[in-house]
Amino acid sequence: MSAVEHGIVPPLHLGGRTLRSRLIAGTGGFRSLEAMERALAASGAEVATVALRRIDPAAKGSIMDLLERLGLHVLPNTAGCYTARDAVATARLAREAFDTDWIKLEVIGDDRTLLPDPIELLRAAEELVADGFVVLPYTNDDPILARRLEEAGCAAVMPLAAPIGSGLGIRNPHNLALIVEAAIVPVIVDAGIGTASDAALALELGADAVLVASAISRAADPETMAIAMRKAVEAGALARAAGRIPRRYHARASTTDDGLPELGQ
Amino acid sequence: MRVVVNGEPRDLPPGTTLAAVVPERVRGVAVALDGEVVPHTVWAETQLADGQRVEILEAKAGG
Repeated sequence: MSAVEHGIVPPLHLGGRTLRSRLIAGTGGFRSLEAMERALAASGAEVATVALRRIDPAAKGSIMDLLERLGLHVLPNTAGCYTARDAVATARLAREAFDTDWIKLEVIGDDRTLLPDPIELLRAAEELVADGFVVLPYTNDDPILARRLEEAGCAAVMPLAAPIGSGLGIRNPHNLALIVEAAIVPVIVDAGIGTASDAALALELGADAVLVASAISRAADPETMAIAMRKAVEAGALARAAGRIPRRYHARASTTDDGLPELGQ
Repeated sequence: MRVVVNGEPRDLPPGTTLAAVVPERVRGVAVALDGEVVPHTVWAETQLADGQRVEILEAKAGG
């Protein structure tokens, strides 16, 4: 993160775009399109994910209309893909449907953990980069895999905080710090954020942004949680830039002992 | 001829094109024919053949 002036968080440069918000919104899990629209508007996010699924000719209301009204960039995902082959095919369909080269690449290993399959993920990333995509891979919090994805030409790396939808927060802050330390491309914490403090911590650890879906969409009040997330990423980014004090084992008085009066016996 | 559209078998007259089986949508729709993406610019000239699988996809909330 570059220097902060006048308390303004600098923009994020991602895949050739300049974004003011450090929050990327997921669209899954909302109770209604109306709830989604209010929350996305409140979040300040400029990018929102969408999935591709079989068309429902009877469906009322389109998420595409909603995203266009809010002026959001579409980030299609490859959710539900278990192989590089399926993920690459889905990315190509998404490019055709949404007229964007951006792809949130998800290649999962099983439906119990929804953890990424690292071998298939890297394979798909290499193929999609070669095909001209701006690849944003959802990855394990593995510094070596993150490096390999960056070397493959991904526009960012998106390590998980915890499994998708778990809301467990950042399970391995040390690994995340190692990824941040080594990365040249932006680091976006994706999946596992549970509440605002998790998002703030991600930015404090040096992540450039967070991608939040369930923590907002499944909150009791999604709109208010979206506002909390917006403020949390801003607070986290400012705290990171400001430089936190080192942790100490013992106390350190903030009030000087100089001039302390003698009042005892 | 029999073509499977989004998992449902359909009996269609020979010569039916991809454009004829895709519902009207302004945008945000993609089509795969036997697993391969078909650009919307060629839907009208792509004739379906017996036994083919068509997947018609659109944006849904997710991720």
